[in-house]
Order: sequence, then C-alpha cells, then structure tokens
Amino acid sequence: MSASSLDYNKFVVGLYDHEATLLKAIKKIRSNGVEIHDALSPFPVHGIDPLLGLKDTRIHTAGFFFGMTGTTVGLSLITFIAKFNYPMIVGGKPHWAIPSYIPVIFEMTVLYAAVGMVLTYLIRNKLWPGRVPRIFDKRTTDHLFALTFAIDEKSEADITKIKSLLTETGAIEVNTKEFHDTDEPLS
Amino acid sequence: MSVYESPLREALILGDDKNYSKITDDIVRNTEGRPPLRWWIAFVISAATALFGVFCLAWTVWFGIGVWGLNKTVDWAWDITNFVWWIGIGHAGTLISAVLLLFRQKWRTGINRAAEAMTIFAVVCAGLFPIFHMGRVWMAFFIFPYPNTRGPLWVNFTSPLLWDVFAISTYFTVSLLFWYSGLMPDFATIRDRAKTARRKMIYNVLSFGWMGTAKQWQRFESLSLVLAGLSTPLVLSVHTIVSFDFATSVIPGWHTTIFPPYFVAGAIFSGFAMVQTLMLITRKLFSLEDYITPAHLESMNKVIVLTGSIVGVAYITELVIAWYSGYLYEQYAFYNRALGPYKWAYISMMTCNVLSPQVFWFKKIRTSVFWSFVLSIFVNVGMWFERFVIIVTSLHRDFLPSSWNYFTPTWVDMGIYVGTIGIFFTLFLLFARTFPVIAIAEVKAIFRSSSEVSRAQMSAPLDFSDVHHAEEHGHSGGGAHATVQHNKNFNEQ
Repeated sequence: MSASSLDYNKFVVGLYDHEATLLKAIKKIRSNGVEIHDALSPFPVHGIDPLLGLKDTRIHTAGFFFGMTGTTVGLSLITFIAKFNYPMIVGGKPHWAIPSYIPVIFEMTVLYAAVGMVLTYLIRNKLWPGRVPRIFDKRTTDHLFALTFAIDEKSEADITKIKSLLTETGAIEVNTKEFHDTDEPLS
Repeated sequence: MSVYESPLREALILGDDKNYSKITDDIVRNTEGRPPLRWWIAFVISAATALFGVFCLAWTVWFGIGVWGLNKTVDWAWDITNFVWWIGIGHAGTLISAVLLLFRQKWRTGINRAAEAMTIFAVVCAGLFPIFHMGRVWMAFFIFPYPNTRGPLWVNFTSPLLWDVFAISTYFTVSLLFWYSGLMPDFATIRDRAKTARRKMIYNVLSFGWMGTAKQWQRFESLSLVLAGLSTPLVLSVHTIVSFDFATSVIPGWHTTIFPPYFVAGAIFSGFAMVQTLMLITRKLFSLEDYITPAHLESMNKVIVLTGSIVGVAYITELVIAWYSGYLYEQYAFYNRALGPYKWAYISMMTCNVLSPQVFWFKKIRTSVFWSFVLSIFVNVGMWFERFVIIVTSLHRDFLPSSWNYFTPTWVDMGIYVGTIGIFFTLFLLFARTFPVIAIAEVKAIFRSSSEVSRAQMSAPLDFSDVHHAEEHGHSGGGAHATVQHNKNFNEQ
C-alpha cells in the first residue's frame, strides 16, 4: 500500500456512503484475499488503519528528534555567543547564566520540532504547492468514501471478483478509472 | 461505528437536513459566487481604517516617534499596551485548537479554524508595535542573532525583550503551520467542487495536492496531535514571557511574581472574548448558525467567566500583597493605580473585567446571543484598559517626584491603534471570503456523534420505566428492599 503509487494506471473504485459500511467492507474484502490499493475519505475515519494493515506513522518520533535538535542548537548557539564569542559582564553575573537561557532554548525546541515535523509530513505525504494529484473520484473530498484496487496485472476473473465483493459489501457505485499519464491534469 | 455520546450533551451540528454534502455546501458556499453587499460594506470600512493606520505608521517613520505621546517618564505606554492586547487576543486561537484538542472537546471543531486565523492576524497586528517603536524600522532585523560585521556583537540572551522576539516569532510560525496543515484537506474539498479551471488550479495549489488517502489522514492526525502538544506549553510560555517584560524589571507595580499566571489567564480571557465577537458576526454574516450553535457560545462564555474570575482574583491578590509586603513604594503604586489620576482607567478595567462577566453565571444570559456579544465587547475594552493601567500607572509616578508626569495619546497613537483594528478585520474578511471559515473535515468527523440528525437516529437512551416501577413498588414495600430491586432492574437493562 502506498499513498500515491504511480506504478499502476488502471483501478477499480468502489464508493461507499457510510464509514461503518466502509470499515465492514474492508474487513470482508481483505479476508477474501483481495488486496486493497488505497482508501480515500473526506475526513479521518477512526479504526481504518489496522483494518487496512497500515503501520503506525513514525512522524511523532521524527518530531521528538527535531525538537532535541532545536534544544541542542539553542543551547550551543547561546553558549558559543555568551561564553566564548562575546562574553559580556552584566552586573558581575556569570557569563553562562543557564536559567535565563531557558526561554529561548524552549522556543527553539518547539520551533524546530514543529517546522521539522511539518516538512516531514509534507515530504512523506507528497504534498507541495502545485502538485497535481490523481483524483479517483471528486466526491471523496465531499461525502463519499472510496476503496481503490490496482488492476493493471489482474485477470478478468479477478476484476469480476473485486467488483462483486464491492457490491456485496454495500458499495453504492463501482467504477473503473484509468490514468494515462503519470501526472494526470485536474479534470 | 460504535459512537456513544451522552444524550445529555447538546448537539453541535443543528438542522435535521444535515449530511456530509450539506455540510460541505453550507461552509464552502461562502467562498463561491459574488460576495454579498454587507461584506463589501464591512470590507470597505475595514480597509479604509487599515489605510489610515498605515498612514499613521508612515507619519511615525517620517517624523520619528516624537509624534507619539510618550515622554521621558512614561516611555512605554500606548504602543506596548496595544502590543500586549493583541498578543493576548492571539492566544485564544491556539488555545482552542490545541488545548481543547488534547481535552477532546468536540465543540472546538466549529470555531477552531476562525480562531486560528484570528490568532495569526492578531499576532501580525501585535508585532507592528514593538517594531515601529524601535524608531528605525529598517534595522528591525538587528533583533535576531546573526553573525555580523559590527564586531562580535550579539543580542543579549538574558533580556526578556529578546525572549519575546523568540517567543513571538516561534508562536507565529507554529500557529501558521498548525492552521495551514488543517486547511489543506478543506482546500481540496473546494477544489473538487470548483466549476472553473482557474479556481480549480488555485485551490489545488493551496491544497498542496491533497488526496485524502488513509495514510495521509493517519499522518494528519498524528501531526495535529503533536502540534497541539507542542502548542499548549508554547501558548503558555508566550504570554509568560510577555509578562516577564514587566515582571523582571524593578518598577513597583511590575515586578510581581503573580504576573505570568495572571497574564496567561488574562490572555485566554481576552482571546475568548474576541473569538466570541468574531463568531457572532461570522455566524450571522455567513448564515452558519447551525455550526456555531448556542452550545458553542455557552461553552465559550463559561471559559470567559472562569478566566475573568481568575483575573479578578489576581487584581485583588496584587492589592493584598502590596499591603502585606510592607514595602512603601509598592503600596503607593497600587494606591495610586486605584485612586490616582488614572483611576478612571482602573474603574473601567474593574467594571469590564471583573464585574461584567459575572452575569454569565445566569444561564439565560450566557445562552443569549445579544448579551454574549455585548459582554464580549466589554471584555475586549476591559482587557485593553488592564494593560494600560499596568503600564502607564506604574510609570507615570517616577522615583523622582520632579519627573512625575501624565500620559496623553496623540492622534498618531490613536490612529495606529484604530488602524491595526482595520488591518485585523480586513484580513479576517478576506479570509472569511476565500477560505473555509469552519474546519469542514473536522466537523464531518463529529457528525456521527454530535449532530442533531445522528442524535435522532441513535437508539433511545436507557429505558427507566422498569426502574420507576420498582421504586413505586419499593415505596409501599420498604426502603431496603426497594434499593435492591432498583439495582437489580438497572443491571438488567
């Protein structure tokens, strides 16, 4: 399963109008040994990840390391400046006055964690301004839920099986969608 | 899906004709077609005010900050009051999105988008004041630590003014990222229903090419949660650091340890009031009464009365501690604050902030749209006076009586302040016309549990008819037996 694999060009798209039906359908279809390419929904459907066999994201772990980087950068920057490069005597206080550096170090931690995480999120999700996505069905950002199946290498019998499984599990519509270019213009 | 919501909770999406596509229609409709006349009227007024503000800023830069009402004794007044006021307002957005997300408050979804936008615009307005107070604005970048040709010359990391630079720039960046990451899926919704190619292209660029795959949503949820976890201490730290600007000084009336919590409570207080003001206007202007419901307004009013009371306790604590400290100058500072030449400001502050929100203890008033609006304005005014009182009254009586002075703002001072309100509303109106003002995806996510439609479809709440029967039986048969009977029946349900 991958978010926007361009290895395939032909898809069967099953559309559902209720998230509960969708979840049951995923269970049934996967237990029949049919591989689901992806699921599209207008909002995050809770409980869908384990049913699709998705592993938990590690983006929060990345966030932790970005945050630690921020802490380290903040502390080393201030240490370099205040202790070595420009040691300034203010009222006989120590040059390296850690407690008064906490606010800046904290802000640096948050800044690095947030910016780093958002960048990771954009890269991993393949999101950038001007990216043209493959739109399987326009209604999946409005009110419908879709399951997609890559059928480039599937036989007629397999395709029939997928379609009948979709209808059986309560899909309100079953379509086939073909993309001709790797990047399909918005239609 | 097994969603259980207590039937006691009010529905958060009203209207018995709602479904997912109706939600999309209702929210996206405001970005489509021509803006209504009332929008144009509001926009022209705001933009004209904003332009006047820009003119006053240009005037300041051209003639120097001598055109402001500041004097040698009161060298911080109008500008820093406005700065703290705007920053305080800017706290509600992140608070609503982050803290309420961590507490799993579903009413957050109706108002978080607009509140976050408000945060960003308020921080923009706030930032103008310290930058222009620097005098030579074109050297504003000197506040950042960067290697330079002025010798090894760096900023002072032990100064709260520098902490402010870091706190506010971080706060602005993180709020912007939080806001925008939530907007992407909603921009995709607008893109997919766009009629013209140009509109489709623009909203696709804005949506970053969002698709809505399971993995994208999984990462989206993880990102929102962690950003909320980061923003919560951030939002508290920002106003704490703003309060340090005063608290770490040696001015009587400023150097009190109560400042950080008191400023944070005040920020939440004023921020919620501003959200309330904006939401009441927005729901009316864009007919979103089904999504910003009386239940939302009531929840916000509850937060307002809570934080207003905290602020009230802080005011009184300050007075008591000044008396208890036995420190003459501190005592004088507070005596002068309440009864000196600025007592009119002190009285305004006390009335608007401490007394007026107390009427929200009455359910009738806190669920009334009219009173919510009136009181939200009162709180906005009161919180402006709070900052003015703290800053000006503590400064105008200097250590040397020969330096005692009185601060009066000039037309430039007032023009810049009114101008920032214009800038704020101009940005907000542009936002409300082109962006989804309510988080579409998030509202859809609570549809099954919290809408009037789903409430009606949910199986009826526990049937207590048997229990009542048992109680009646118990009254005739004896207390102990009745209790047993009651429990037994209840367990069987």
